[in-house]
Amino acid sequence: MTNVDQSTREAHWAKTKGLMITTLIVWFIFSYLVHWFADGLNSVTFLGFPLGFYMSAQGSLVVFVVLIFWFARRQHAIDTEHGVAEEE
Amino acid sequence: MSVIKGDFIDNLPKVYGLYTGGFLVFILLMAILEQAGVGADTIGILFVAFTVVIYAAIGWMSRTMQVDAYYVAGRQVPAVFNGMATGADWMSGASFVALAGGIYFGGHGYMAFIVGWTGGYVLVAALMAPYLRKFGCYTVPDFIGTRYGGNLARFLAVLVLVIASFTYVTAQINATGTIASRALQIPFEVGVWFGLLGILLCSMLGGMRAVTWTQVAQYIVLIIAYVVPVVWMSNKQGFGLIPQFVYGDAIMRIGELESLIGVGTQPAEAFPGLKALTVPYYEAGTDFASKWKFVTLVFCMMAGTASLPHILMRYFTTPSVKAARQSVAWSLFFIFLLYFTAPALATFTKLQLLDPSLATSIIGKSIAEVSALDWIQKWSAVKMLAISDANGDGILQITEFFMRGDIVVLATPEIAGLPYVISGLVAAGGMAAAMSTADGLLLAIANALSHDLYYKIIDPKADTKHRLIVARVLLILIGGAGAFVASLKLTSILGAVAWAFDFAMSGLFFPLVLGVWWKRANRQGAIAGMFFGLLAGTAYLYAVRWGGMEPWLYIDHLRFGIIGASVSLVAMIVVSLATAEPDEETQRMVDEVRIPRGESVLDSRH
Repeated sequence: MTNVDQSTREAHWAKTKGLMITTLIVWFIFSYLVHWFADGLNSVTFLGFPLGFYMSAQGSLVVFVVLIFWFARRQHAIDTEHGVAEEE
Repeated sequence: MSVIKGDFIDNLPKVYGLYTGGFLVFILLMAILEQAGVGADTIGILFVAFTVVIYAAIGWMSRTMQVDAYYVAGRQVPAVFNGMATGADWMSGASFVALAGGIYFGGHGYMAFIVGWTGGYVLVAALMAPYLRKFGCYTVPDFIGTRYGGNLARFLAVLVLVIASFTYVTAQINATGTIASRALQIPFEVGVWFGLLGILLCSMLGGMRAVTWTQVAQYIVLIIAYVVPVVWMSNKQGFGLIPQFVYGDAIMRIGELESLIGVGTQPAEAFPGLKALTVPYYEAGTDFASKWKFVTLVFCMMAGTASLPHILMRYFTTPSVKAARQSVAWSLFFIFLLYFTAPALATFTKLQLLDPSLATSIIGKSIAEVSALDWIQKWSAVKMLAISDANGDGILQITEFFMRGDIVVLATPEIAGLPYVISGLVAAGGMAAAMSTADGLLLAIANALSHDLYYKIIDPKADTKHRLIVARVLLILIGGAGAFVASLKLTSILGAVAWAFDFAMSGLFFPLVLGVWWKRANRQGAIAGMFFGLLAGTAYLYAVRWGGMEPWLYIDHLRFGIIGASVSLVAMIVVSLATAEPDEETQRMVDEVRIPRGESVLDSRH
């Protein structure tokens, strides 16, 4: 068992959970919410695209890529802060 | 090679840089041969044969007799390269060949696949991959079996894995057979076995190590093969070199044309396997049903992504937990490159066929003129396209033009009048996509059977040599079974692919997620979750697909995972709470999985 005390583990896991929830909220918005309203968004033009179509063809995808890179950075920062990151 | 000094891993950018350069030179060479009058058929054969030989050579060079190299590529695959390998592992023959066609015919409703097949990686990153990497397992059932304990839990995980992956792999072998038979001019039944031979050459000798390095090579081929024709075509039509950002005008133009030419009228005739365009392109549904269908399909594809063992096991190969997280991000980046190109391709193809101001258009022209086109004749001959003058006016209407979705990718270079070298390139790309996914799937199945069923359950005393021989024999047997089923041509490519996601999420999604995120989850709960999830999902699929049952709330056979996963979640929570909490050792194991530092839960030679 790695030598990390219980309170550190709990604090680390609380923050990890928080990040997970934030990440999944953004994920939910761009996976479901915007596409539920695609019809309305289509009346807006974005870069020449109907916005509802654009979100499904590119918008959500770009958000997902950026979101995971951001998540990976944030999680590493949380790990380092609590001293539970891997030794390089 | 004298250019390469030091360790192979340190030289990866150089090795694959040279490889990419070499492939580009090969394309140029083919272009020169085409100019010199070499026939289209010969160029197609050269493309497919050359790339397959390269993959087989990489497979041969990566051969190994070490357990951790065979199962997890020695856990030394850097994040970016694992991202590329995952991209190839992920993007199947269906993504490559059928995706753009699906968008062409399905319009906005079909885009649910694009959103689902990308957003699933957010779940992989946030809920699964880093924790499974820390666990140190060789296979997904290895995690289930150790976290929950007991042979029954392990066995059920193997069962779900085999059902989901086998459903998927037959579609991939089918795709390799289709492409090989067309490019090499051999019968489909022979093509299937040729495809399998290539797949086995890549994976058999080196297991995960060989599959990793061939998948990176296959990713490079498939992405070049997908993007080059689109960029070329877009440039030819004056949309510039980065068409992905500027095809908005083309979409708007299609919207105008659709009402002029009457998209939405049902055709009077039907051809088996072929479709006429009836769905408006970018219009999204306004009623509850179509919105609901969109989001439920997105959810199934996402939860399925996060449960498919051949994807999850790719993240077992990274050097660290941190690298596993970054690797998920890179995977999605490399997948994104293809997925944001597919709608552009569908749009250009559609515009080319519909827009009367373009020379390539066919709708609204005389039947005689269209029937004389080379590509129309060629694809009609193989029954992938049909034209019929239903109203007898001698003019081709939108309801009189039928084709298979695959045509969008396969025939677009010809429609746009690009040189044949591009068609050869597309064939090589499709082959790479189908082979790489089939490799990952076959390996996932064979590894689960050899490691979890044979070694962990049947014969725990087996030595390394024995285990690795069993793994290889299983690989051949499962590949053979897959090729046999594929040669029977039972399912259409995409139907089967969606099912694999639904099966995986029905049985594995909650047992995996809760294994990390809910300490209270215990063995009985996991067993109930896997068993009842799989049972409910399968029963529902049977009922709506063959039993004549009316789907509940539009949850049809593509979405049966919703039923399976819901049952799985409820069963797992109820049974876990009704039985004793997991012992202290298991709870400590979960604590360990949650922090990146320290030894993995399972040691490297378990």
